[in-house]
Amino acid sequence: MNRPWLLWIPLAVVAFIGGLAIYGLAVPKDEQVHSAMIGQKLPAFSLPAATAGVDGLASADMFDGKPRLLNIFASWCIPCRAEAPYLDALKKAGVEIDAIAIRDRPEDVAAFLSEFGNPFRRIGSDREMSVQLKLGSSGVPETYVISGDGTILYQHIGDIRAEHVPMLIEKLNAAK
Amino acid sequence: MRMLAFTFLMLATPVFAQGSGPTPAFANRQLPDPAKEAAATKLMHSLRCIQCQGQSIADSDAHMAGTMRAEVRQQIAAGQKPEAIRGWMIARYGEWVSFEPDMKGAGLLLWLSPLLVLIAGIWLARGLFRRGA
Repeated sequence: MNRPWLLWIPLAVVAFIGGLAIYGLAVPKDEQVHSAMIGQKLPAFSLPAATAGVDGLASADMFDGKPRLLNIFASWCIPCRAEAPYLDALKKAGVEIDAIAIRDRPEDVAAFLSEFGNPFRRIGSDREMSVQLKLGSSGVPETYVISGDGTILYQHIGDIRAEHVPMLIEKLNAAK
Repeated sequence: MRMLAFTFLMLATPVFAQGSGPTPAFANRQLPDPAKEAAATKLMHSLRCIQCQGQSIADSDAHMAGTMRAEVRQQIAAGQKPEAIRGWMIARYGEWVSFEPDMKGAGLLLWLSPLLVLIAGIWLARGLFRRGA
């Protein structure tokens, strides 16, 4: 054989594939589906009230110049219960929070609010998840930071924990 | 006692159900026009369900898949092109939502790799045939 280096090619290929496998095992898997809507305007929507006593939510309600949070939740969602105290803390810090309830019933939303308190200014009811789809949201709970002109600035996937509260306030202040 | 346990099991089930709400009209109903339904079905087989992740929205029973099927059928019925609807989904969930990677960037490499491997194989085998001759 006049080109002995050719013999190394199969080894190099196997080493490359093995390297990929080890890399795949070493890097933690990101199973979250991130919205591709960051930096874009909120899609137009108009949702009826999710429960009596709290107004429904339309995208136009969020264009009043004040940055706010948009929380996607459901009364049947366990992590949504876990994040309730932190949404309350955000409200106490002066943050305006609007919400969309996913596949929910008015009486269930009312029971959820009476048990965990109501940090929300408005709650729209998205029973068919069609607005959730428009937002590029893939589950509950999720929290979006919305600028005063209705631009989606940030998406927090999963429940808000104590450590996320200052981070969200910082993002809202930066949006002013 | 067994009857009681059974009753409690039946009662407990809805706790784990993912809420309640109407299924969108076109989630499980075909479009009246067979040609449009065929186009919608073809597209639905190549879009990934964002809730169950491994299945196409045509195959999945997840609620979100139903909402996505309804969206596809409504847009097809309104005369939208399938590739424009794929673009609509990608604009919301990224390339990940499509089972057919775009022909650019890493996607281009994916599409071309079988051809590249074939060329490499021919090139490697070339020497063997020459020696045999």
